[in-house]
Amino acid sequence: MKILCAVKRVVDYNVKIRVKTDQTGVETANVKFSMNPFDEIAVEEAVRLKESGAATEIVVVAVGPTAAQETLRTALAMGADRAILVQTDLETQPLGVAKALKAIVAKEAPGLVIVGKQAIDDDCNQTGQMLAALLGWGQGAFASKIAAANGELTVTREVDGGMETIALPLPAVVTADLRLNEPRYATLPNIMKAKKKPLEIVAPDALGVDLTPRLTVLKVEEPPTRSAGVKVPDVATLVAKLKNEAKVIP
Amino acid sequence: MSVLLLAEHEQGQLKAATRNAVTAAKAIGGDLHVLVVGSGVAAVADAASKIDGVAKVLVADSALYAHPLAEPLSALIVSLAGGYSHILAPATSTAKNALPRVAALLDVAMLSEITGVVSPHRFVRPIYAGNALATVESADSVQVVTVRPTAFDAAGDGAAAAPVEAVAAVADPALSRFVSADLSKSERPELTAARIVVAGGRGMQSGENFHLLEAIADTLGAAVGASRAAVDAGFVPNDYQVGQTGKIVAPDLYIAVGISGAIQHLAGMKDSKIIVAINKDEEAPIFQVADYGLVADLFKALPELSAEL
Repeated sequence: MKILCAVKRVVDYNVKIRVKTDQTGVETANVKFSMNPFDEIAVEEAVRLKESGAATEIVVVAVGPTAAQETLRTALAMGADRAILVQTDLETQPLGVAKALKAIVAKEAPGLVIVGKQAIDDDCNQTGQMLAALLGWGQGAFASKIAAANGELTVTREVDGGMETIALPLPAVVTADLRLNEPRYATLPNIMKAKKKPLEIVAPDALGVDLTPRLTVLKVEEPPTRSAGVKVPDVATLVAKLKNEAKVIP
Repeated sequence: MSVLLLAEHEQGQLKAATRNAVTAAKAIGGDLHVLVVGSGVAAVADAASKIDGVAKVLVADSALYAHPLAEPLSALIVSLAGGYSHILAPATSTAKNALPRVAALLDVAMLSEITGVVSPHRFVRPIYAGNALATVESADSVQVVTVRPTAFDAAGDGAAAAPVEAVAAVADPALSRFVSADLSKSERPELTAARIVVAGGRGMQSGENFHLLEAIADTLGAAVGASRAAVDAGFVPNDYQVGQTGKIVAPDLYIAVGISGAIQHLAGMKDSKIIVAINKDEEAPIFQVADYGLVADLFKALPELSAEL
């Protein structure tokens, strides 16, 4: 079985982001970028499935700028076999990305697609579900455990009340949640090897996909800041303040 | 303009998040229809029909919807979508699973977790774990939107009940099958609806130590939450997690115990009215957002707190 993973280049999760003073967006100049953490988990799961013999090949796809090649190389260093960049300088939005991925799926015919459940920049949490819909496939969103057997995939999902397990006939789309696995660090020899792995660049036009954003960001603002309050010396003072000052407990 | 709002329910009860989403729907304007999907959900439909501002309740009551699988649920919503300008739902795991599917089938963009309604086509939503707020406009004919419940007040009941109308189930796409559920059972209030939340982090050191928090929670009638670190360490189940990718809460009182205050955690609780932090590390970032901070060893402070209460 071939597995397709999608990865996004995002501002590194350790960066304290700053809103631009003209309110057009978030400062991205001279900021560290890395692979969206949920996508790292998706790639890791694909690599583990390949190591276990359940998968034969891993193709990793990014939809984004030329610089997203770095993100793809990281995925190749983790163990993906081939990479495809759908190159665009447009702001990528979930519906457009899902359409691009659908076009790649039509060419590659994977048995399973694994993507991160959400990107930590736009926090949309949409692309995997949208891709499943466009393909007419089943979906296992927010997966914390997956197992393949008899042409079916069992997915344990994180839901509001706890865990839910569903079965999906393959092909299907899975979106990775935090506890699906702990991604490996790419080793230096694997980073070197990744440089020689194939990376194909395609234009959205060649796929017949229109990536024009459907949503317009009118402005981006800082959220109201919360200021630190007071330190209390002991538990008795704390309880007194909660009762008499904040009046949040009887 | 007209809004179709997917109701959230659990074990035959309408969930409060639905009422918060109703308030967002009212801010958009137009006729508001609530859709209740499930099996044996007459009581949920009845409760939804009483909410102020609801013009009609549609009920799809079928064994097919006993579990909210994304594929049949989105197929049903798409079959009903004609004529609506907006499809809304509170941002629960059910809606986050199904609504992107609805949007893609309708070939429209989706707006996730809005926290403000500027106009019927213009919304505010947090990005970068709530470290920035984007005002976004959609050019699509139908707006598919999830609503962050904590950002809107809960709508109360109105004077008269709205009519309830049955709608037929649509054919099951048969793309997934429910196997089992392992849901946490608790006598305590639900995390996202509780007035007080007591949450523990890595500093709790073990799952057993959470009983210290549970004792306080029970005295206060509070829910118990946790940081990602505590869930990852296996102290408590995943549904306890408060944060960017866990539950978003905004109670009157949030007591963070042994939680350092990573950005991802703050994203889930910084809209709480009063925040208390108890941590032995006085440099912990949680103190920067806390109204009341107590620098103390939690194993000493928690028994004292129990006694004081």
